[in-house]
Amino acid sequence: MAYEQYGAKATRFGFGEGLVELGEHDERIVVLGGDITGSVMTNLFKDRFPDRFFSMGIAEQNATTVAAGLALSGKIPFFASYGAFCALRNADQLRISVCYNEANVKIGGGHSGISVGPDGATHQVLEDMAFLRALPHMTLVVPCDYLEAKKATIAIGRMEGPAYIRFGREPVPSFTREDTPFRLGKAETFREGNDVAIIATGCMVWESLVAAEELAKEGIQARVVNVHTIKPIDTEAIAAAARECGAIVTAEEHQIMGGMGSAVAQVVVKNTPVPMEFVGVTDTFGGSGNPNELMKAFGLTSNDIYNSVKKVLARRAGEWNQVQAMTEVGFEGQHPAGYPKPGTVFPIEELIENDRKAAENAVA
Amino acid sequence: MPFTNERRTPEQLAEIATEIRRDIIRSLVEAKSGHSGGPLGSADIFAVLYMGGVMNHDPAHPHMPGRDRFILSAGHMCPVLYATLANAGFFPKSELLTLRKFGSRLQGHPGRDMMLPGIESSTGSLGQGLSIAVGMALSDKLLDHNGARVYSLTGDGELEEGSIWEAVMAAAHYKLDNFCMIVDNNDCQIDGRVTDVMNIYPLKEKFESFNFHVIMVDGHNHGALLAAFDEFKTVTGKPTCIIAKTYMGHGVSFMEDRYEWHGKPPSPEQAEEALKELAE
Ligand SMILES: Cc1ncc(C[n+]2csc(CCOP(=O)(O)OP(=O)(O)O)c2C)c(N)n1
Repeated sequence: MAYEQYGAKATRFGFGEGLVELGEHDERIVVLGGDITGSVMTNLFKDRFPDRFFSMGIAEQNATTVAAGLALSGKIPFFASYGAFCALRNADQLRISVCYNEANVKIGGGHSGISVGPDGATHQVLEDMAFLRALPHMTLVVPCDYLEAKKATIAIGRMEGPAYIRFGREPVPSFTREDTPFRLGKAETFREGNDVAIIATGCMVWESLVAAEELAKEGIQARVVNVHTIKPIDTEAIAAAARECGAIVTAEEHQIMGGMGSAVAQVVVKNTPVPMEFVGVTDTFGGSGNPNELMKAFGLTSNDIYNSVKKVLARRAGEWNQVQAMTEVGFEGQHPAGYPKPGTVFPIEELIENDRKAAENAVA
Repeated sequence: MPFTNERRTPEQLAEIATEIRRDIIRSLVEAKSGHSGGPLGSADIFAVLYMGGVMNHDPAHPHMPGRDRFILSAGHMCPVLYATLANAGFFPKSELLTLRKFGSRLQGHPGRDMMLPGIESSTGSLGQGLSIAVGMALSDKLLDHNGARVYSLTGDGELEEGSIWEAVMAAAHYKLDNFCMIVDNNDCQIDGRVTDVMNIYPLKEKFESFNFHVIMVDGHNHGALLAAFDEFKTVTGKPTCIIAKTYMGHGVSFMEDRYEWHGKPPSPEQAEEALKELAE
């Protein structure tokens, strides 16, 4: 495998360290805190440059708009919080005060996706990308590992205009290197192949590489494309993947409605329509649990990508019977099969036992 | 046996509050994540509300029409709400040990989708629960005329959300005297003291200038809390805000008044220590 895992670290550390790096070289960089500076790592900047850090309290709408005011005064403000509260709680502020003004505001959306775990649905933001990519002037970046998060943070700090970086709380495999190319707006092919393309973003890039190795054992060579910039999206790389591979699976830790997969589909149908499958959350809210068991239950693992590849290839081959035999992921707005139906009274011992096992597996 | 909801002596309520605190510790240590400080600090308020004869509720009929409703605007403080509901008989106490686990009805922040009896609304995004409570009070008073009251608890850091003041303005505008908000005034939030993160004071004057009836109370004094809720029920033409002075982590000495305990659970050793303190 060209890309090998050499450790595991949460992408939020890349954000925090990238901010400090930016601050060292540019006095215009200022940071606004939203009462969770420790978890989203803006405390690193606060400790280093206390005069350029402003605590705004728990007031995301105000912080976003104050950031716009700072930007219109020549500063480069970063505001970070839970993605749930700094992409959607402040949606109108982002739309009008930031984007319509083309204000040079940067937002760090932390604890994104379902992998934030036990906090539950309220904190598991799965709809942010759908909104953010619809905003004119917005740049949206979703790094795949710690190092890429650092590069991406520095990159958005040095570009002009509104930008949002989406990162997570839990450690994820580290596999990109200092010399791995990173340019905003340019998708990178992380694995060559022409049988099918897996187009992924964020932590699902690693899962895609794992799935591709499994597929290779069966003689299927999958191309894996890392779309770290959702907006502006790399039309060329996607159109090439469609043309050269003839079938596409997208993978993201987000709702499949309106996310990266939708963006890719838009490019594909306009250029070279090919069969596509989408790995993501299927029109449902999340729920409490350990990150690993949630990723599994909500269909966000290498295994799910593998299955979707099999399905998209069967579709391309016209093997409709085989396709129908495979479980159809619908748009039912219900918890996935692995998640108990709401309102069930649960066998408590079983829950505790499951949890214990999950914890053991996580350690192992 | 669950505790019935009736007028009780401060001593009885103190005992119930201690049991709630023990259950908070037990559920958090099992969950291995979650919020200790706020829940422990507000246990006395919850004991009085649910088991001191303040609220009109029926655990056997959680959807009883015309019931009083409670909305936890500070959704992260749900361990205290869950422990209270279990002790009041809304669901078995053993279920408290499923807090934050995969598939549990006791979500990390209250989720209405899980249909846990006693949970009237999903909350967890700060500053929204209070508006939901205003909507309910509006419905009870001006549309259903059912005499029901609505209670809602917010954190003090939560008051930094602008939407709080929109809710407050609306409650006063519609003279919702069936609406009672309680501020858990522990002066702690995640990043530090409320005064340092974003100053919210003076509070009493703020609420008064928004046309609220304001009651300042020691949030750990059960007699005083009973009296405050009694007073609320006599007020007409205005909503009430009870500003309860509390200490984060109250009842567990090593957590008391320490904002570091806002969002973490006790380790097994710390839980043992805490339960020992709460036994006396
Ligand atoms: C809209 C929103 N922003 C941020 C958060 C993250 N958050 C959860 S609790 C909390 C601090 C709340 O402080 P306070 O209301 O004083 O509660 P206490 O610390 O006393 O428990 C924050 C910022 C959130 N849940 N919702």
